[in-house]
Order: sequence, then C-alpha cells, then structure tokens
Amino acid sequence: MSKHTLSVMVENEPGVLSRVAGLFSGRGFNIYSLNVAPTLEKGVSLMTIVAEGDDGIVEQIVKQLRKLVPTIKVKDLTELQSVEREMVLLKVNAEDSKRAEILRIVDIFRCKVVDVSVDELTIEVTGDQGKIGAIINLLNRFGIKEIARTGNVAMRRSMQIEL
Amino acid sequence: MKLTGAQILLKCLEEEGVDVMFGFPGGAVIDIYDEIPNSSVEHILVRHEQGAIHAADGYARATGRVGVCLVTSGPGATNTVTGIATAYADSIPVVIFTGQVPRALIGNDAFQEVDIVGITRPCTKHNYLVQDIKDLARTVKQAFYLARSGRPGPVLVDLPKDIQQQVTEFEYPDSVSMRSYKPTRKPHIGQIRKVVKLLKKAKRPLIYSGGGVITSGSHEDLTWLGQTLRIPVTSTLMGLGAFPGDDELFLGMLGMHGTYAANMAVNNCDLLLAVGARFDDRVTGKVDTFAPNATIVHIDVDPTSIQKNVSVHVPLVADCKPALASLKAETEGTLDEFDWAADHKPWVEMVQGWAKEHPLTYKDDSENIKPQFVVEKIYEITKGDAIIATEVGQNQMWAAQFYKYARPNTLLTSGGLGTMGYGFPAALGAQRAFPDKLVLDIAGDGSIQMCIQEMMTAVCNKLPVKIIILNNGYLGMVRQWQELFYDKNYCATCMDAQPDFVKLAEAYGAAGYRVTEKKDVEKTLREAFAVDKPVIVDIRVEKEENVYPMVPAGASLTEMLLV
Repeated sequence: MSKHTLSVMVENEPGVLSRVAGLFSGRGFNIYSLNVAPTLEKGVSLMTIVAEGDDGIVEQIVKQLRKLVPTIKVKDLTELQSVEREMVLLKVNAEDSKRAEILRIVDIFRCKVVDVSVDELTIEVTGDQGKIGAIINLLNRFGIKEIARTGNVAMRRSMQIEL
Repeated sequence: MKLTGAQILLKCLEEEGVDVMFGFPGGAVIDIYDEIPNSSVEHILVRHEQGAIHAADGYARATGRVGVCLVTSGPGATNTVTGIATAYADSIPVVIFTGQVPRALIGNDAFQEVDIVGITRPCTKHNYLVQDIKDLARTVKQAFYLARSGRPGPVLVDLPKDIQQQVTEFEYPDSVSMRSYKPTRKPHIGQIRKVVKLLKKAKRPLIYSGGGVITSGSHEDLTWLGQTLRIPVTSTLMGLGAFPGDDELFLGMLGMHGTYAANMAVNNCDLLLAVGARFDDRVTGKVDTFAPNATIVHIDVDPTSIQKNVSVHVPLVADCKPALASLKAETEGTLDEFDWAADHKPWVEMVQGWAKEHPLTYKDDSENIKPQFVVEKIYEITKGDAIIATEVGQNQMWAAQFYKYARPNTLLTSGGLGTMGYGFPAALGAQRAFPDKLVLDIAGDGSIQMCIQEMMTAVCNKLPVKIIILNNGYLGMVRQWQELFYDKNYCATCMDAQPDFVKLAEAYGAAGYRVTEKKDVEKTLREAFAVDKPVIVDIRVEKEENVYPMVPAGASLTEMLLV
C-alpha cells in the first residue's frame, strides 16, 4: 500500500464532489486527503486527492475517475516530479517558559505566527508532507490543542529532470 | 416557440424518436401527464414504479433502443431504484424521468421529497437535477446520448414541478458536445494486429463472448469470426444469443452453471478472446485458477472493466462493433494463406469430445415433471423463435441452459444484479415493442410474486405475455445452496403457501392453466401460446431438482458438480 497523489480536473457542476467521494466510498477505496477549488478556467475545478492503495487499486481508481461524466482529466502525479504543498494551522500551548523555544522552531521552519494569546500561539505552516510531519512532531510535546489542514495541493513540475 | 417545461419534455422525447414510455403519475408530474394526450408518445400505465423501469429496460433490451420511464417524486422515484440498479449492472440504456418538489421546497423535507439524484448516483451512468428551464432541452438531449453511447446505462433526470410549469423558448440542440465525455469507440489498429498474430499462433483459442457483443450489435462479426476461423465460442449469461445457440462450435455458458465443455475449454485454452464481457465472479470462479494456460485478450468499451478482476495480456479498449469488424477485416485477408480450420481441428475435436462426454442434461427418472423438460418443450414448440424473459434463480439458469438462443436480444434476464421480479415487466416492455412476437416469462413461483401486479398492465394494454411458472414450492436456488452447503437447513425457502395462480390470472382477466402431469406439458403449452391474451401456466415441477453443472462459489471452474 502506498500513497498516490491524483490531480483531477472536473466540470464544476452540482454534486461533482459527491460523485467523486461516492466513487471512493462505494468501492472501498480510502481517501487520505482531498482538496477542491476553482481553476482559472470558468466552470472547471481542480481536485487533489491523496489516495492509498496498491498499484492495481490505484489503476482502478484512476480509471473509475476518468469514467465519471464530469471528469475532464486525471493525472497520477506520483510517477512524475511534482510540487506538493499543504497548509496547516496549529494552535499550540505556549506558556511564557516555552514560548521562546516554540518561536525558534517557527523560525527554523519558516512558519508564521498568525494569532497570539496569553498561553497559546496559532502557527501557519506551509510545506510538503515531510515538513508538516516534522513540525507536528516537534510541537506535539508542547501540546497541540487544535489542528486544521487543507490537504495536499499538487502540480506537475514543468521540467521533468532525469536524475 | 414558447412552451412550458412539461411541453418541452414531451417535444424532446418526440425529437428522440421515443414512441412509448412506461410510467405512473403523481403530484409532482401532473403537469407532464396533463400534456401527454397532446403528444405522439404513448404512455403505458403500470401498477408499480418498479414495473415501469423494468418494462422500459425490457423494451430497451429487445429493441436495442433507449427505454423511457416517467414517475413521480419521493416514493415514485425510490420505487425505481431496484430497476435502475438492474439496468446499470447490465449496461442497459434507459432514461428515467422523476418528478421533484418545486425548487423552493427542495431540501425542506417537503411532502414526497427525496434526494433521488443523491440516492441514484452510484447506480446511474449519470444523473441530473434540472435547476433552470433553459437547461431542460439540452439536459434531455445529453441524457439520451449518455444512455446509449460508450458503455450504455441508465440516466436519470429529476424535474422540479415549477420547472415543468415555467415557460421558455423551445429549441432542441442538434448535437451533444461534452468535452469531459468522449467514449473511445475505435480500436487501436496496432492492438488488433497483435491479436491476429496471437490468433495465428494459438493452437487452442476460445472466444468468451458477453453482453457487450449484443449491446453493440456486433453479433454478425462475432459469428463470422467463430465460424470462419473455427474457434469454439462460450458465452456469459448476458451474451446468449450473440452466437447461434445451435451451432456445433457453441459450448453454452461458462462459469458457475456453465457447461462442462465450456469450463474445460477455458481451463485448457491457450488464447482467450474476451469480447464485451467483464469477468464476473459467477464466470471466473476462483480467479487465480481461471484460464491458467491462456494469453488473455480483452475487448471492452469500458476501460474500468479491463484489469479489474483478471489480469489480461492484451487490453483493447473499443466498442465491440468496430473492434470485431476490424478483426474480421484483418483476418479475411489471411484466409488464402492460412488454414484456420486445419490448425484448430484437433482443438475443436477435443472441445466437442468434452461436450459429448458431459452434455447438458438431467435425470428424467421420476413421474414428476422436470423443469428442464419444460424448457426443452418450450424450445421445441417455439423453434427458438420467441423472446424469453426470465425471473431470477433456478428458472433463470434452466432457461439459459436448455433453450438455444439463435439471435441477440431474445433473452431478457437480470444478469448482473439478479433481480427477482424483473422478468414479467421486462416481458411487457418487449411485447409492446414486438406485438406480433411470442413473448414468454420463464418464472419461479417465488419470483413471479414480486411484480405480479403488472398482470393488470398486461391485460389493460393487450400485451399477451405468457408466464410459465416452474413451480417447485421453493425459493429454489437458495434451497439448492442450503441443500448442498448448509446441511439441508431449508430456512425460509419453502413457499408452500401460495396463491392459486390460475384463479389469480383469471381475477386479472388473463387466462390460467395448471399442469401436474408430464403428459399434459406440451399440449397445455401449445394451447397457452395460442391464446391471444396474457396467460399464466402454473407447472408443478419436481420440488428438489437442482441446477447442474455447478461450480461451488470460490472453487475453480474445473471443480464442477455434475448431474
């Protein structure tokens, strides 16, 4: 089982999200994260879906997505070099004694503090899955009180470089 | 021309060439019903919405055209769900129009409101809620296009009541343009040539033909390929009729209740040419041991069907019709230089040997009437020239095994979903399409009771369908499983308490016959077939007869229980 990032371009018509989500639930496929937003083109939305499964399952997911009438294009970005980003808001316990250390971590990870109170900091983190995982790990020991994640957004790199 | 939504809908149906729709009125579709008398589209009133969708489905299967049904909102719409799922499972083109509460009330739990678009999303090819009257004509055009193109299927259009009442300019689009929907039709010629090469190399080729051959109308090319290249042909339940059932190369069905010859052929072939079939679990048995020695070629218009259940070596995404036409064209040129018949002779003889060794048969060893005997008699009397609908269960399997389907679109049966209650209303749809044909529903005593209310539809509309009940007093197929795998614990499968089917037929104004003696079977069937009105023939058959051969669920195709 591995994670695959799928970029799915769809007609922005009523019920399209439900059709896509229903396809996953109805066939027992697992969605790890799902992000939807409009594109520059009117009436077209882009979904970034991170799904789990072995190669056979992912092949079937891609085919089933293509089969949906409102689907315009499906790309499995896992095979390609791509840029992936997620934004996370983290509300962390931050009493005076811990605050400096938390701010140091924020600085190292090039995050932003977007809200402050007497004993909490809310931090905006943007990055790939590795960076998000790392900062969550580091801040966990201070006590993360709330977390809100957008799920991955991804785009194929313009130049596919052979390494 | 300014028209109301209801008038526009009927105009659209006329433009699509719809001559009949099956339906049941209600508050949310009164406006459409109000316009029906002004339209050339005939409406057939059923007695339950499930009957409407199955009849539309039967009409579609028998004619190859799109079937249409119209029902009201809420319970009217939900009553069609089983039929929609049935059509979806078997890829049947049907367009379903459902009434919906006025837009202002949608989402307010209004009287007879249900989110039918949400409910049917997983069992339709696509569905629509029309939210703007300006979209109505285009939506109907798209619905018909989607239903019949690519891999066909049911499409539902939900029509709010206020949309039916609004007025707008009517213009029917000439064509459909959907950038997100462009089904592949033509085969890749490189792949076709690869298949021809494989065919030439193969010593033991086998064609495995499915419903896609019938849907796409490619039975003639399939028959040509089988007969000219001398390749034995086996079929799924849905594919029966695509290759002549009485041809010496035809092995009958494969799979759970397939023939010994077909299952052995699958096990021993070195090339399996799967055409318009989807490797259903009832066909493959244990997947790991399916066609273990074969290179598998799979032709299907739906890419999701390829590599779904079975790993194939040569995928070919295309409509069966151009694909088989292309295969024919490529092999026609080889006939002078390549002796297909000589090359395949030993294999054909081997396969025919299996067929002789274990033909489809039954033990006619008691005084009681064997159900297989009845189906054989039906075939004998009709000479294969009838449209046969079936219910689901043992009756369905015997109808598939012992009747030789010579032409496509002559077997109407719920293959994928296995819907009891399907056969009779489907037969009504077929009879409406072909008033002069003999249309039969081969039924069990259990399944016929699921949509028997449509007898009134049959009588009112002079649709002289003949129902042949193979009455064994059991839900026979489940009983068979209980006998073989559940230590004869016949829990809830005994149907001893039954209506008097003869009186029931008469109560509806149809004719009823009962047969209890073997000697009366043929005579009564002949008499019943001659009656110009709907008929029930209640035939009391051997109670605990089983369907054989049988491959137990999860076993390999070669592990057959024989008679």
